[in-house]
Amino acid sequence: MIARYLTRTQGNQGPALADVLTYAYLAFGTLIMFGPIVWLLFSSFKTESALDRFPNRLLPYSQVMVQVEGRDEPLPLYEVIMEDGTVKQLVQFGRPMGNQARMIDPSNPEAFIDVDIDRRRPINEVSFAWRNYTEPLTQFNFLRYFSNSLFVTIVATFITLTINSMAAFALSKYRFPGRDVIFIIIIATLMIPISVILVPAFLVITELNMNNSLWGVIIPGAATPTGVFLLRQYMLTIPDELIDSARIDGATEWRIYWQIILPLARPALAVLAIFSVMWRWNDFLWPLIVLSENEVFTLQIGLNSFRGQHDTQWHYILAMTVLTLLPITVVFAFLQRFITTGIATTGMK
Amino acid sequence: MAQAEFGHDRIESTPPDEQQNTRPNAVSRFLSKIFEHVMNAFELIFGPIQRVIGIRNMAYVFVVPNLLVFAVFVLLPMILNFYYAFTGGTRIFPADRTFVGTENFELLFDCGNYLQPNTCTEDIFWRAIYNTIFFVTFQVTGMVVLSLITALILNRKIKWRGFFRSVFFYPVLLSPIVVGLIWRWLLDRDGLLNAALIGFGVEPITFLSEVNWARFWIVFVSIWAQMGFYTLILLAGLQAIPKELYEAGEIDGTNNWHAFRFITLPLLMPTMFVVIILALIRAVQVFDQVFVLTGGGPGSATRYMVQYIYETGFAGSTRIFGLAAAASVVLGITLFILTMLQLYVGRRNEAT
Repeated sequence: MIARYLTRTQGNQGPALADVLTYAYLAFGTLIMFGPIVWLLFSSFKTESALDRFPNRLLPYSQVMVQVEGRDEPLPLYEVIMEDGTVKQLVQFGRPMGNQARMIDPSNPEAFIDVDIDRRRPINEVSFAWRNYTEPLTQFNFLRYFSNSLFVTIVATFITLTINSMAAFALSKYRFPGRDVIFIIIIATLMIPISVILVPAFLVITELNMNNSLWGVIIPGAATPTGVFLLRQYMLTIPDELIDSARIDGATEWRIYWQIILPLARPALAVLAIFSVMWRWNDFLWPLIVLSENEVFTLQIGLNSFRGQHDTQWHYILAMTVLTLLPITVVFAFLQRFITTGIATTGMK
Repeated sequence: MAQAEFGHDRIESTPPDEQQNTRPNAVSRFLSKIFEHVMNAFELIFGPIQRVIGIRNMAYVFVVPNLLVFAVFVLLPMILNFYYAFTGGTRIFPADRTFVGTENFELLFDCGNYLQPNTCTEDIFWRAIYNTIFFVTFQVTGMVVLSLITALILNRKIKWRGFFRSVFFYPVLLSPIVVGLIWRWLLDRDGLLNAALIGFGVEPITFLSEVNWARFWIVFVSIWAQMGFYTLILLAGLQAIPKELYEAGEIDGTNNWHAFRFITLPLLMPTMFVVIILALIRAVQVFDQVFVLTGGGPGSATRYMVQYIYETGFAGSTRIFGLAAAASVVLGITLFILTMLQLYVGRRNEAT
């Protein structure tokens, strides 16, 4: 049955059961893929005590606090079943002594009422603990990390697109001695990630005095073999006649590059730009090694070190996690169709 | 990547007008003005160069910037890596290091019995290798199967296809740190999953401190985070299969299973190979999510190759660069074999 169901292809009209299973799968998939993120979002607005509450609730509840005349601090509100069976809303004053809690009626703040703690129930309301976001911002220097990440992402993508497209242009549209050797070397390193050459790459960075500099994060990954390969394959499809006729009209090679090749290679450039942004924004291992001063941390490194310092303070960690995933989510929301079709058509990462 | 996968006709199916639609015209005109001025400024440099060296040699001018970065930050380190692997000591500058021959490799491979990490001098390395093999096997299998199922389902006639495609893709965008933190929060002793277990009357489980559970969740989370990407590639592969084939099959009375077995699967094979190889290469390098999720624990149950290299070379109190480099040579050779395999398979597909 499963085999039969899965093998149904687009356009067949089949039994309704297949459709039910399809939507069941999609609904379950949505729950698994999206659920954790929604849960994170709601949890990030919970107070520390609400987070400790077990079992948990989805929405961020917290106890209603009431300002009572004659008291400086707002006091927690409870629903209390009185001796005579009536139900009253009282606030609690101080901590319960034994199994007796000292309560105050907000309308009559002078009189204390002692109540058995089993007879009261906290009144909760949905409220968003914005403090989770505002308080840690002094240690989690979001704006600084954000601007570092933004700088790295934009500059690196720009450099990557420029030098990769120049190299791809030369490799696809010229015949010159050494061309094939260069191309083979680039292909051979297509899958060698920076994690394999961590130690010597770090040495090169140290020698060039690029430790703790954003340029040390940006430059090494700029000459991506992936990008050169992707752009070269695309540029091969641009007809040579265009270049020849431009040369006859007296255009320089540089002009041919930026006025003919670049505009025609736009779809491939867009795909590479998307990849580059994703790589750079989420990059972790290399920045972790190059950057050791808080001032130059990118968002990912900042979040990681913040996690290290506040290992148990989940209400802060969750809020900062939400802040970190926010920018890329916004970008995705706007360019969703473009990104998914772009990646599907090249199949590269 | 096989050349065939890059058919230009497929790249062109990217909606070209999307960009202009999402950007106000004034901004784009402003940007292209700037672009023009910058490019014209560069003409002042490249024009004279071309007059001196001639058109033919301009090719070198175009490759040089990329090649320079590539040589300094990729090629040179690759060569240096071998030097490190054959030298000892804790100093980073090559001149300060003493040649030790194959000592680092001997240390890594010094084992009573390769199948039992306990008998090895560098037992963590061997544990990392076995953990990585375990991880790669389950992660790649699980991911390919699940992405295929998801792609087949998304390829059906369904409502809100764009929405569901985005839902499955969205986690791909999240950074490994964010992914690790989200799941640590869910799998925590007091987390949502344990709350659900208690709801069903089951004892809570400390997922991340029990060896088998920790390994399972590492595989699960990494599939969760990457599946959408491979689903998209497979979906594109499915949509490239001509519909006429299915129609012809229907006329001949082919049932659904046969249509899948004899039309979909064979025609999807090239795409499947790309997906499998890409997934393999990424799985071998697993690091950052695990680093946040379990930190390699409990014990070293989820410590993988890259973490071993990172910790040996950078995180420990003594930085044993030589040993780390030797381990990366081993990892590099593994990846090289996988890459060659991909190129070979790609060639073969192209030939047929």
